[in-house]
Amino acid sequence: MLSELVPVLPEIVLLAAICGVLLVDLWVPAERRQVTYLLAQASLIITLVTLFVVQPEAPRVVLHGAYIADDMSLLLKAAILIITLLVFVYSRPYLEVRGMMQGEYLVLGLCGVLGMMIMASGYNLLSLYLGLELLALCQYAMVAFRRDSPRASEAAMKYFVLGALASGMLLYGMSLLYGMTGSLDIMEIHNQLVREGVDHLGLMLGMVFVVVGMAFKLGAVPFHSWVPDVYEGAPTAVSLYIGAAPKIAGFVLLMRLLVEGLGAMHAEWQVILAVLAVASLVIGNVVAIAQTNLKRMLAYSTISHVGFILLGVLAGTTQGYASATFYVIVYSLSTAAAFGMIVLLSRRGHEAEELSDFKGLNERSPWFALVMLFVMFSMAGVPPFAGFYAKLSVLRAVVQVEMVWLAVIAVIMSIIGAFYYLRLVKMMYFDERHDDAPLQQGRGFQAALSANGVAILALGFYPAALMSLCIAAVSW
Amino acid sequence: MIPLSHFLILAAALFSIGVAGIFLNRKNIIVLLMSIELMLLAVNMNFVAFSFFLEDIAGQIFVFFILTVAAAEAAIGLAILVALFRNRGTINVGDLDSLRG
Repeated sequence: MLSELVPVLPEIVLLAAICGVLLVDLWVPAERRQVTYLLAQASLIITLVTLFVVQPEAPRVVLHGAYIADDMSLLLKAAILIITLLVFVYSRPYLEVRGMMQGEYLVLGLCGVLGMMIMASGYNLLSLYLGLELLALCQYAMVAFRRDSPRASEAAMKYFVLGALASGMLLYGMSLLYGMTGSLDIMEIHNQLVREGVDHLGLMLGMVFVVVGMAFKLGAVPFHSWVPDVYEGAPTAVSLYIGAAPKIAGFVLLMRLLVEGLGAMHAEWQVILAVLAVASLVIGNVVAIAQTNLKRMLAYSTISHVGFILLGVLAGTTQGYASATFYVIVYSLSTAAAFGMIVLLSRRGHEAEELSDFKGLNERSPWFALVMLFVMFSMAGVPPFAGFYAKLSVLRAVVQVEMVWLAVIAVIMSIIGAFYYLRLVKMMYFDERHDDAPLQQGRGFQAALSANGVAILALGFYPAALMSLCIAAVSW
Repeated sequence: MIPLSHFLILAAALFSIGVAGIFLNRKNIIVLLMSIELMLLAVNMNFVAFSFFLEDIAGQIFVFFILTVAAAEAAIGLAILVALFRNRGTINVGDLDSLRG
């Protein structure tokens, strides 16, 4: 019986560590808050190590079918943990300078990670829903974290109402799926659909509600209206957190529910995802051009990247799923780096969130201008950066299933999108600088940001290693 | 005995009222929170009805979890509402326009 709990150890360890961090934070004096920070980072690392130690050889389903440990959960959980580690490194100076370095940010962040890990391993509707809610509730609280900021409170309220609406939709869909198939287990639902066929109004309705709920959570058009407001209104450290790892969790939810659970209804959901993907690509890339605030621009850029991820999933082949997995990991890495750059240029009393704050960055710091160039080129899909390979493999998957028109739209929209990424690069290298303040962040921060930028370049040169992990993750 | 379809129609009606409440409401945020609660309760109705007619207890267990999560969600929602009221002095939906989505 106890051996059932071995694959769940990473989550158990993380939960125990969260309780520890919460308790320790009560006792440390305010000026020694870095103790909490170091403990939070240590708990992420310990969880990561446990994850690799207890990973079973073959996929294993435990806790009466509520939890699965397979290659996909391993890869995506490792990505979530590593990216959150980076996110905490980037948030620290931002929070310290503004007097917001309290245990709450770290504890809520870690609870969110726990939610994401449960989503990555959830194998029935209940555990997936609980993981999703754990993540969402932490995010609402984190957005409202700066209590004296009217913009943050407003963003939190909007996020809360739309997030709760999305959860309601998702749950309504889940209740219909439960009623039609008689089970909450993903595997059982899959078997039932294969046995009984999918030609049933209730099933279609349930599937549509589930897709709408997930589109809200991922921020796909036309359910995207919360994304720019939350990114802009929340403190940068929180936008950074929300922008990076939770997209991986949203993606894994999509894979578990739609691909593993409702795989038999592929033809039906493919059409819906195609509409969402095209709308996201068009709105995301076109509206981003009009933005002058970098956080809003990154929000629209996120929306367009979600379009690409949906393209990979709707292709419905191993190649498509693997390239979508690759895409979402590369996306999270580059988003973390982009927000890290905003933190790098911010200082006490100054938020470097306008595009014009990046003017002449090359004169202030040639190396970090280069790192930002890596990030922007990768997001735009310029070879040899990781983003190029990610886009290429998604497009290849879409073309292989003979949906060439989708690939053509995606390419046209990427070219339009390249404009606003390249505009920022032009500002960094060719415009007069406004701002002469030296960069103030410490060595560790700069090293992490540099490593992040170099990783984006390295993944572009050697995508095969990560790609083979992605293929293994989705071959089931 | 009341047939399953009656339960489903009632739940669908409650759910629609909840969703309509979110989209049509232009007055205040408390009503939004009530609409969200109504949506979740409609889902619970669905789960309990299916669970009874399928003779499978899992659906009713799901309902306990939804109730718990809904309580946590309401707590966070009200906390955000208090923060919002302190900063803006209003809980009117129409006044939440400093960020344009």
